[in-house]
Amino acid sequence: MTVILGISAFYHDSAAALLVDGEITAAAQEERFTRKKHDSGYPALAIDYVLSEAGLSLDQVDQIAFYDKPFLKFERLLETYVAFAPKGLKQFGMAMPVWLREKLFLKDQLIKELRKLDKQFDAEKLLFGEHHFSHAASAFYPSPFEEAIVLTIDGVGEWATTTVAVGKGNKLDILKEIHFPHSLGLLYSAFTYYTGFRVNSGEYKVMGLAPYGEPKYKDLILEKLIDLKEDGSFRLDQSYFNYATGLTMTNRKFSDLFGEPVRKPESFQLTQFHMDIAASVQAVTEEVVLRMTKSLAKEYGIPNLCMAGGVSLNCVANGKILRSKSFKEIWVQPAAGDAGGALGAALSVWHKELGKPRKVNSSDSMKGSYLGPLYSQQTIEEELASCGARFSSVTEEEMLEQAAQALADGKAVGWFQGRMEFGPRALGGRSILGDPRSETMQKTLNLKVKYRESFRPFAPSVLREDVAEWFELDGDSPYMLLVDQVKQERRRQMSKDEDQLFGIQKLNVKRSEIPAITHVDYSARIQTVHQHTNPIYHALINKFKEKTGCPVLVNTSFNVRGEPIVCSVKDAFRCFMGTDIEVLVVGCCILNKKMQDSLLIENYKEKYKLD
Amino acid sequence: MSFVKELWKFICVRKKFWLLPIILMMALFGALIVLSQGSAIAPFIYTIF
Repeated sequence: MTVILGISAFYHDSAAALLVDGEITAAAQEERFTRKKHDSGYPALAIDYVLSEAGLSLDQVDQIAFYDKPFLKFERLLETYVAFAPKGLKQFGMAMPVWLREKLFLKDQLIKELRKLDKQFDAEKLLFGEHHFSHAASAFYPSPFEEAIVLTIDGVGEWATTTVAVGKGNKLDILKEIHFPHSLGLLYSAFTYYTGFRVNSGEYKVMGLAPYGEPKYKDLILEKLIDLKEDGSFRLDQSYFNYATGLTMTNRKFSDLFGEPVRKPESFQLTQFHMDIAASVQAVTEEVVLRMTKSLAKEYGIPNLCMAGGVSLNCVANGKILRSKSFKEIWVQPAAGDAGGALGAALSVWHKELGKPRKVNSSDSMKGSYLGPLYSQQTIEEELASCGARFSSVTEEEMLEQAAQALADGKAVGWFQGRMEFGPRALGGRSILGDPRSETMQKTLNLKVKYRESFRPFAPSVLREDVAEWFELDGDSPYMLLVDQVKQERRRQMSKDEDQLFGIQKLNVKRSEIPAITHVDYSARIQTVHQHTNPIYHALINKFKEKTGCPVLVNTSFNVRGEPIVCSVKDAFRCFMGTDIEVLVVGCCILNKKMQDSLLIENYKEKYKLD
Repeated sequence: MSFVKELWKFICVRKKFWLLPIILMMALFGALIVLSQGSAIAPFIYTIF
């Protein structure tokens, strides 16, 4: 038996992943255990969990793979400072103490932490992979393709910000790279900053805001900020940005170009200007990835595409790549951000370092991304009882019946079943569910349950076999990483007045039979639910379909704004008691809010720092 | 000591000998900075370093 532990840590989204004889056994992000969003610390709890899931201890692990190379990153920093000098002195003064005290000695730090679990830990077991190779490995090795082009795009790793690799069998080689400071991820983050959202977590909001605006500034961005070539390669004009040397993402010249200052988070209202800016950067991002994928398909003649890296979480762009038909099939790693690097690093050791063959699994090597903790019915009951919860334990059939009925009655249902998801999306393991036919569901969930901005859209979970009847998509999207339109015949004809509406006013208009998940441009971030990867969630949607004729549910992550998705039964109960979720279903236990002890209600809204 | 060896190996593999004087200077100044500061956690907007 060969055991490989993958670790990503110390930058953002720490995580651990475990391979046993090449099979992905467990993977989880540290934030879920520490309850600190995007936790970047050493993932002690995630490592504990993945080892316990396999019933192993650290001394039984053969290799440990860290997802990037700190020395290479340090080299990039030094060279950047030299290149921009004398600018960047302030950033240099802030960055170097961190490096000289901690990050340069990352290997020693890892060894010290690992020796807490295994006193005899042999430092030779520790290997370091390149950041983008880890992303590429996480995208290619678990994919259902024998051969594929692998595209990774993110903010920055060591030097690379974009890479193109070709994978065949167990071979994976990076062939092209775009280097820092030219980065599509950082361009998107610059606009995230400019529109007043938090860099590295607010990018989803920019994507969600984009359909409310018009891409009025697309040409200006293409003309001034980014020199985009026909093959999708690009360079950014650094005179508009400040991230390479300063303490902000953009500078005065950037603000002057668009005519407004940087929006102050949470204090200045979002206006049509910000929506147009969001629409413009989204359009530019799509233009870049579409040019890249078109040119790669032509150059290599390989029909499959795998993707990872933070930009691959831009599901609107992913949907457009699919519809452009440059590639026959696309597979995106569900943990496309840095957390997935832990998995990629482990997979690189197995296939590249140890040369183990790769068996292509057409059903799903990622096991639906349900790779986190599982709670038995007995543990669930014990934990709920210890929280003071009032619940009833029923049979699975009864649980499905009651949950589906609550959904059909328009209630918000907390749904906690099976193993927790790995990656940023809730896929029916730790989800809040609702009826997509309800006209008020989107507003209710945003304002009373999630405590987040009213403009943010919700995603649908749909039975795989019914997806083509409700959406233009006719394929798999098990990880909610593809956006497509609601089927034409399900849409509602707009009146002339409704068509004239601008920006956020569009939000209140019913657009289809399933308004809660139909965004203002009729798009939806689709999750197809498959019987073989999540039978219980599949059965619930089926039950809902029997009652209502609709095989779709609203699926949003089980958390509030700024909180990591719930991991344990206790987390779920706390979130349930702190929000307007009306029914909580945990395993075969059912909890009604009205039945709970009102003394257990806590002020949850203020508990987490806004993201 | 193993850290210095590894850093030297890295510089050899990458053929970035010109970085050596910078690293040496930084080690000197770094020692000063480290000695004069309580915490080295930088509240930075984006962790590109």
